[in-house]
Amino acid sequence: MSETVEKIKVTIDGNTIEVLPGTTILNAARMVGENLVPPPAMCYYSSLNGSGGKCRTCLVEVSKGSEKDPRPMPKLVASCSTQVMDGMEVKNNTSDKALEARKGVVEFLLLNHPLDCPICDQAGECHLQDLAFEHGLAHTRYEFKRREFDKVDIGEYIKLHMTRCILCYRCVYTANQLTNQREHGILNRGDAAEISTFIEKNLDNEFIGNVIDVCPVGALTDKTFRFKSRVWFTNPMDATCECSKCSGEAVVWMVGNDIARVTARKDKFGEVKNFICNDCRFNKKELTDWNITGPRHISRDSVISANHYEAPIPSHTILLNNA
Amino acid sequence: MSRKLLLQNDHIEGIQSYDVYRKNGGYQSVEKALKQMSPEAVLEEVKKSGLRGRGGAGFPTGMKWSFLAKPDGVPRHLLCNADESEPGTFKDRYLMEKIPHLLIEGMILSSFALGANSSYIYIRGEYMFVLRILEKAIQEAYNNGWLGKNILGSGYDLDLVVTPGAGAYICGEETALIESLEGNRGNPRMKPPFPAVKGLWQRPTVVNNVETIAAVVPIINHGGEAYASIGIDRSTGTKLISASGNINKPGVYEIEMGITVEEFIYGDQYCGGIKNGKKIKACVPGGSSVPILPHYLICKTASGADRLMTYESLADGGFATGSMLGSGGFIVYDEDQCIVRNTWNFARFYHHESCGQCSPCREGTGWMEKVLHRIENGHGKMSDIDLLWEIQSKIEGNTICPLGDAAAWPVAAAIRHFREEFEWHVNEPVLSQTRNFGLVTEKILNPA
Repeated sequence: MSETVEKIKVTIDGNTIEVLPGTTILNAARMVGENLVPPPAMCYYSSLNGSGGKCRTCLVEVSKGSEKDPRPMPKLVASCSTQVMDGMEVKNNTSDKALEARKGVVEFLLLNHPLDCPICDQAGECHLQDLAFEHGLAHTRYEFKRREFDKVDIGEYIKLHMTRCILCYRCVYTANQLTNQREHGILNRGDAAEISTFIEKNLDNEFIGNVIDVCPVGALTDKTFRFKSRVWFTNPMDATCECSKCSGEAVVWMVGNDIARVTARKDKFGEVKNFICNDCRFNKKELTDWNITGPRHISRDSVISANHYEAPIPSHTILLNNA
Repeated sequence: MSRKLLLQNDHIEGIQSYDVYRKNGGYQSVEKALKQMSPEAVLEEVKKSGLRGRGGAGFPTGMKWSFLAKPDGVPRHLLCNADESEPGTFKDRYLMEKIPHLLIEGMILSSFALGANSSYIYIRGEYMFVLRILEKAIQEAYNNGWLGKNILGSGYDLDLVVTPGAGAYICGEETALIESLEGNRGNPRMKPPFPAVKGLWQRPTVVNNVETIAAVVPIINHGGEAYASIGIDRSTGTKLISASGNINKPGVYEIEMGITVEEFIYGDQYCGGIKNGKKIKACVPGGSSVPILPHYLICKTASGADRLMTYESLADGGFATGSMLGSGGFIVYDEDQCIVRNTWNFARFYHHESCGQCSPCREGTGWMEKVLHRIENGHGKMSDIDLLWEIQSKIEGNTICPLGDAAAWPVAAAIRHFREEFEWHVNEPVLSQTRNFGLVTEKILNPA
């Protein structure tokens, strides 16, 4: 029965790879492996339908459209939502235009960001921090008041701090797709847009805790972990438990012999494949609840893991190259 | 006097009502099309006419229609974009308010050509009174058998619905319009897939401007070739221009493509010259999002040729020395107007109207507005001008929809052509505040 689908060739930064038709440039770049640092992605999340295209950090230059139509694309394209064509040639980290545009996007993302990393729970595993380190400027040119929002409790376990939000919409898609009712969305528009539940309604769905994991910044944080410890002082351990609702495969972050928090397992692109339920995440904080299977290897290149997890320092880091 | 194809009857008393409209030759094109022509023949006439989209981008309408995917068993839709919110543009409002049946007639023809059985007019929320006029007109059309089942016994069914938006400029972008019509937040979609393949409710959809759809009526009445004989080159037919600013006679004018800009500004049947005998300083020829032209580039192009009211001639010289016909929002500025203030006003508009979906536009438009506000109010720095240039270049081309470009272009053009005035604002903050007019140079006062 199985039909063989013909694979198509795409070249990204000189690495040629064969992928199935319909693959996006970003996913093709992720498949290349070690030789290529894939474009950064702040809003795209492979398991969420419709995500991507919003943050514009994954812009790449298409220097050859396809074998049939070799004209380059006139504008930079969002690699997370542009599908590859046969014979396409893409410039990612080798394109000055794309790197320049990304630098611009990072600056835009940081414009209204409070830069309160020293007191932010996400620091150390924050995608925006990593992105700014890799592509951003060391100082800001913005001389106006940054926008501020009040902190909101959405539900028993989750704190929403809109001031830090970069409006990636990931949590909206998570809440819409993972849970069985539309729970929260975006209010207002432009730079006044905010993530909100309907008039500060509580989010009390059994899987709603996953919005914390998908949030690339510290806008959605775990109230059971807030201000308990810094991420880099904790020891991540793979752990499993018997759970009737979810896979029970999680990471427990230990401080000494205590479990400080529980999260789902993220792959090297910072994405969760197996979402976990609220019970596992928020209520199982005793060692007896979990079977610890071994240390968790954090392979993601980041500011903090470069120092702490002994992962290689990202070689494309602009700051370091210029130093 | 130039020929009028759309507004030739707008002076007739009671043309809003069906009876008067019908007496003056209304709905003849529908009779002709449904009784004598096939949908393909209608499409062919539109292609022959060379009609280009009147909403701003100027994409050939016939080509757009032929791109419509036609899978079996899937309904297709025609949407009329009446979400006219571009500052300086008010032609669609005039057309719908004065001659609502012309739009309905055009909708029937276009839907017939596309094989759409349910079509929608998406009108901007602020035009609630126009919505009432259209609703009444649609009801009259239903009562007289021009809409509904089996129109004129041809076996063709069409339902026409008019829906108001909630007052967002962004919903004039076709995919945001579709989202809004579906009942979602009006955020533009990623393209591809284009609406011609997956539009409203994931069905093939064509979105056209009010004026484009209305122009199909004279094309069918007189034939595509007759329509194409008006105008120059690829700019055919007539165009509605909303003239505003410091001119003697602001208003909506129907012009034949190809008249000179000079004639349009100074001619007695059009704008009638600059008010109070002042000199022209600048002109925005196509609505707020197109680049502004300084006085020496309005009537002549950079190469010295006469500038004409056509898509090509206004765009002559690219963005360095040209502009765009856009949606036809023709704004004229006299010597007393301040370009910095005007640019700030436009930037404020785009900041307010950015949907907030993609980051360059969401953050960049607000930043530009704040920097321009600072310059306008005498707190600017010389480095701000370069900063503005930098910001607009980071927005342009990097966003999901054209709103980012539309926000970046006017700022870029203002700095390109009026850098002197920006510098004057920075160097002479007190003077620029007390005078509250822009910088007037000898060149503006004595152009010769």
